[in-house]
Amino acid sequence: MEGAELAGKILSTWLTLVICLILLPSAFGVSLGISEMYMKLLVKTLEWATIRIEKGVSKESVLKNSASVGIIQRDESPMEKGLSGLRGRDFELSDVFYFSKKGLEAIVEDEVTQRFSSEELVSWNLLTRTNVNFHYISLRLTMVWVLGVIVRYCVLLPLSLKNWLSELVHLTCCRICVRALSGTIHYHNKQYRPQKGGICVANHTSPIDVLILTTDGCYAMVGQVHGGLMGIIQRAMVKACPHVWFERSEMKDRHLVTKRLKEHIADKKKLPILIFPEGTCINNTSVMMFKKGSFEIGGTIHPVAIKYNPQFGDAFWNSSKYNMVSYLLRMMTSWAIVCDVWYMPPMTREEGEDAVQFANRVKSAIAVQGGLTELPWDGGLKRAKVKDTFKEEQQKNYSKMIVGNGSL
Amino acid sequence: MCHPPPAVREDESVGWSWGGQELGPDECMNGLDLVSHSQITRLYSRFTSLDKGENGTLSREDFQRIPELAINPLGDRIINAFFPEGEDQVNFRGFMRTLAHFRPIEDNEKSKDVNGPEPLNSRSNKLHFAFRLYDLDKDDKISRDELLQVLRMMVGVNISDEQLGSIADRTIQEADQDGDSAISFTEFVKVLEKVDVEQKMSIRFLH
Repeated sequence: MEGAELAGKILSTWLTLVICLILLPSAFGVSLGISEMYMKLLVKTLEWATIRIEKGVSKESVLKNSASVGIIQRDESPMEKGLSGLRGRDFELSDVFYFSKKGLEAIVEDEVTQRFSSEELVSWNLLTRTNVNFHYISLRLTMVWVLGVIVRYCVLLPLSLKNWLSELVHLTCCRICVRALSGTIHYHNKQYRPQKGGICVANHTSPIDVLILTTDGCYAMVGQVHGGLMGIIQRAMVKACPHVWFERSEMKDRHLVTKRLKEHIADKKKLPILIFPEGTCINNTSVMMFKKGSFEIGGTIHPVAIKYNPQFGDAFWNSSKYNMVSYLLRMMTSWAIVCDVWYMPPMTREEGEDAVQFANRVKSAIAVQGGLTELPWDGGLKRAKVKDTFKEEQQKNYSKMIVGNGSL
Repeated sequence: MCHPPPAVREDESVGWSWGGQELGPDECMNGLDLVSHSQITRLYSRFTSLDKGENGTLSREDFQRIPELAINPLGDRIINAFFPEGEDQVNFRGFMRTLAHFRPIEDNEKSKDVNGPEPLNSRSNKLHFAFRLYDLDKDDKISRDELLQVLRMMVGVNISDEQLGSIADRTIQEADQDGDSAISFTEFVKVLEKVDVEQKMSIRFLH
């Protein structure tokens, strides 16, 4: 009985603390400076942990290998050089060497499939999930890790849930949510924030992108009507700001979509539309092909680059592996979400530029700003097969080489 | 998502044990023991990320999911090289065996055993790998038909049948020495004796 009483007392004190320290200040938008302290503490702890790990690891440690360097040294020479010939040389039996080497290189390491899995971190951020090569280094480190687990699952998670519920109630209090996720967002170049009647375009890593952008301004969303959890959130959001929702069948009709979006931006009083042209979540190391649909609507495009700091938690949503709920759970039990948002000067389509070229121009700008790699590959490759046209192009190049200028 | 790889047991007599699959002594002697721990870890990591079915083996579909391989004109032949006769699945050992062909030859100078069987990445074995890309029916000969089929894979629709036929004829004529209108492995090696196989069929691993 005494134990139960004690537990009850602890619970009630804890709840009071929670309410006083978290909810009330959030509701009033006042910061108690606790988050800043927490972040500083977090950074120091992680740095210390990384140093400990590096000390305890032998010379052949995998941790020292930066994931971005790669496993192999790729031979980037074009086909002409790789086949060691000038144009118009004849076919040789050794030509297969080039293709087989390229093939094997792709098998060991390719540019595309690694974008659809979480980024491998050089240092370990005390989340077992991110580190593939977890070594038991020292007792102290383990204790810190255990403490971390306790803190994350017992303290941060209930805080988050409570705060998350209140977000449904206080639709426009996005700050509570951000605080629940222990988010620290740096907004750069606020003077370029998207204006009414424009289209906001950003790279896509997770559903939290939406949250991050709406904390700093109201947008009209474009998207499909979802069932389930997303549907509830969507319907709730519609009450706050006018959004543009489509039925799934309507999405297939591109002209209808374009027409409705055009109507929306023509009305200068309406909020800027938020679109993610990649079409799917990418793991935040690169920017994939932008679908040209958003760029055909016309109007002013306001690009925004979003880059998460991977040290504090992996924000990438691998929708083919995790569903929404488990993803949100993972997010809430990460240390924090730290990201940078760069607003960029508005761009419009130039004379003689078609939608695809314009899309590529915007994509490059976002990639440069966010420090991400630019890839020509389609984000749809996450689920679909690559088109045969690429293979046909290779075959054409090779044919030109061996036949040359009709020399046969 | 990658799970931490299972512990590697370095046993002098048996060899490496990885993922519950024994790598026999021949793999060791063939140069796999020269692959560093970190390289094996990265390759195992790669293997599991390709293994969507998560059953410890790769199927042909798993390979075809790599876009850069899917657009390679010889993609299907390369994928085929991984699968032993009549099988549809390749385990990590098989994966490493095939990859071992592409290790640079100079690494062999560090080999401890000079009297052991020939390493997988020797010049001869590299050439054998290429030979098998052509030899569709595995009869140790490249016939005119087989050469035509492989040529067709490489050029697509861009060259006519007659032109392709004359290319194939010329190639066989130049290589064939015993007059059977097909290219045997010995003839294949002779034709390519001046080619820098080491450089063209090697992949440099970063440590």
